Amino acid sequence: MITLEKRPMPSRLLSIATPVIAVVITMIAGGLLFYALGKSPFEAIRTIFWDPIFGEFAFYYRPQLLVKGAPLILIAIGLSLGFKAGIWNIGAEGQYIIGGICGAGIGLAFYPLNSFLVFPLMILAGAFGGWAWAMIPALLKVKFNTNEILVSLMLVYVAEQVLASMSLGLLKNPEGHGFPGSRNFNDYPSGNSWINEAAGLHWGMAFAFIAVIFAYVLLNRHILGFNIRLTGEASRAARFSGVNPTRLILFCLGSSGALAGLAGLFEISGPSGQVSIDFNVGYGFTAIIVAFLGRLHPIGILLAGLLMALTYIGGEIAQGNLGLPSAAIQVFQGMLLFFLLALDLLTNYRVKVAVKGVT
Amino acid sequence: MDLSAINPVLLVASLMVAATPLLLAAIGELVVEKSGVLNLGVEGMMIVGAISGFAISVESGSPMLGLLAAVIGGALLSLLFAFLTQFALANQVASGLALTLFGLGLSALMGQSYVGIKPPAMSKLDLPVISDMPVIGPIFFSHDPVLYIGVALIATVWALLKFSRIGLILRAVGENHDAAHALGYNVIKVRLLAIMFGGACAGLGGAYISLIRVPQWTEGMTAGIGWIALALVVFASWKPWRLLLGAYLFGGINVLQLNLQAAGIAIPVEYLAMSPYLITILVLVIMSADKSGAPASLGRTFHASQ
Repeated sequence: MITLEKRPMPSRLLSIATPVIAVVITMIAGGLLFYALGKSPFEAIRTIFWDPIFGEFAFYYRPQLLVKGAPLILIAIGLSLGFKAGIWNIGAEGQYIIGGICGAGIGLAFYPLNSFLVFPLMILAGAFGGWAWAMIPALLKVKFNTNEILVSLMLVYVAEQVLASMSLGLLKNPEGHGFPGSRNFNDYPSGNSWINEAAGLHWGMAFAFIAVIFAYVLLNRHILGFNIRLTGEASRAARFSGVNPTRLILFCLGSSGALAGLAGLFEISGPSGQVSIDFNVGYGFTAIIVAFLGRLHPIGILLAGLLMALTYIGGEIAQGNLGLPSAAIQVFQGMLLFFLLALDLLTNYRVKVAVKGVT
Repeated sequence: MDLSAINPVLLVASLMVAATPLLLAAIGELVVEKSGVLNLGVEGMMIVGAISGFAISVESGSPMLGLLAAVIGGALLSLLFAFLTQFALANQVASGLALTLFGLGLSALMGQSYVGIKPPAMSKLDLPVISDMPVIGPIFFSHDPVLYIGVALIATVWALLKFSRIGLILRAVGENHDAAHALGYNVIKVRLLAIMFGGACAGLGGAYISLIRVPQWTEGMTAGIGWIALALVVFASWKPWRLLLGAYLFGGINVLQLNLQAAGIAIPVEYLAMSPYLITILVLVIMSADKSGAPASLGRTFHASQ
């Protein structure tokens, strides 16, 4: 007979160890999945996790790690604040799209002006776009007690339609010979997010680092961070101690929206280059996994974001070299979240094996 | 623009078809939520149902076997969620999201070799004379069997919840799991069965899209219907008949916007396509003031410590 006993405090050791264990178990289960697909499991795992960093063409793939990691980390940091307080923004993908459109819109409005002011303005517009899009579920929740999960998610589909309309209409490249998509920011030095393209470094990574540090200080040293944690762990206690839930909702959703918007802007003005129908590749959803894998802790998210970026890159290599379908990586990422959630049991509960009848 | 091309009788008939996947997924989720569990994985279970149903019916040539496979597929996937939330005591919101993300990936993987294939057609109800009657015939008597199953499910769930002992136990578990546990009901078992019922319904709803409504397989083809189904349960205040009304309302909006697109109305296609989602938000706002119908234990983890 197996019984569970709630720990008075979550185990610190296990809370750090479970993500690592979850990754290992996912590798084993993923290996089985790849085997079932007719690929060599060891080769597939090596291609995904080893080759991008240490393989023959690592010089090409290592910069990609930063390119793909930056948006994931930026978005996940924002999401983690809300998740900690029990405020579920799962529409980061929409905020990412709208932030990208707003920032790019400002940049395109100034085209072809060359000024060092253009890019900062784009950054502001990107953050504003994401923030404003996240304010819709936030205000509806505050005013009408509407479920923020469903509203933020519905707005992803709306944002996708806005994106389609923008890249086919308002923001379409006037010199693009009728092809959909805006002008390419890689041909516009003032509106370009690259710091060093060869190293894969763009302003998104810089902002991701700043966000990690800010979130760390906020959660550990600031009363607002304390209130966020308190609300998540004991919402009644938080209310008695005078935490204003309205302000907390507006702050958590607003900051996660702004960060997702920034991520979208940096993606459009750098790696993606233009506003196009399919510039979003689901970072907003993968960031949910990143946030949990990083235990909603800023440093953890930094590492988790890089790991998740690795699975993206490794997945692409495996797709090219081994013919592994791209969806297999999606399944792999989903499995990771499953194992992580299941293993969380060990963090919060003690598992006791008792002989039946003798308790 | 030519609005006269829109035939009201066909519009009603096709809105019933458009509403059915939504209806099936939502009635399943209603039962799950009545048992006190919030499963946000509806979208994932639907899309897995869509591809399992599609694959099996293409391989076997029988749409009925396909539907059965979709029911099993959805229920199996929901077992993952049940394990996470009921045995590993994981957060229900996070587990539901995980189920959706996993389901979307899994379905894309399963469906690779099924893109662009036509599934075997489902036969439709064809009663002599009655099905050929004007207006009433196309609206009530010439649909596929699943559509009628959907309406029958609503009636069954309503009757079971209202009049039967099983319904009473389910509601007790959902309203106050500690009290239900103290009375000797097996909370975990009740919730497990409810979650599986929800998965089966969502799977059937998904297969309805890929086998009957579209009928074709494309990646991510459920396009948020699972999420709208979740919103629909809130809209219906957890009442089965209002679910039927809501599903037909949403089906109507969707069919109408598609018809307007086809008729070439002056509104850009993108704005028409986003209308179902915007209306969902609007409805959520209107309905959110009244949370009285929500089961009191909704979303809370149950752990019997004694």
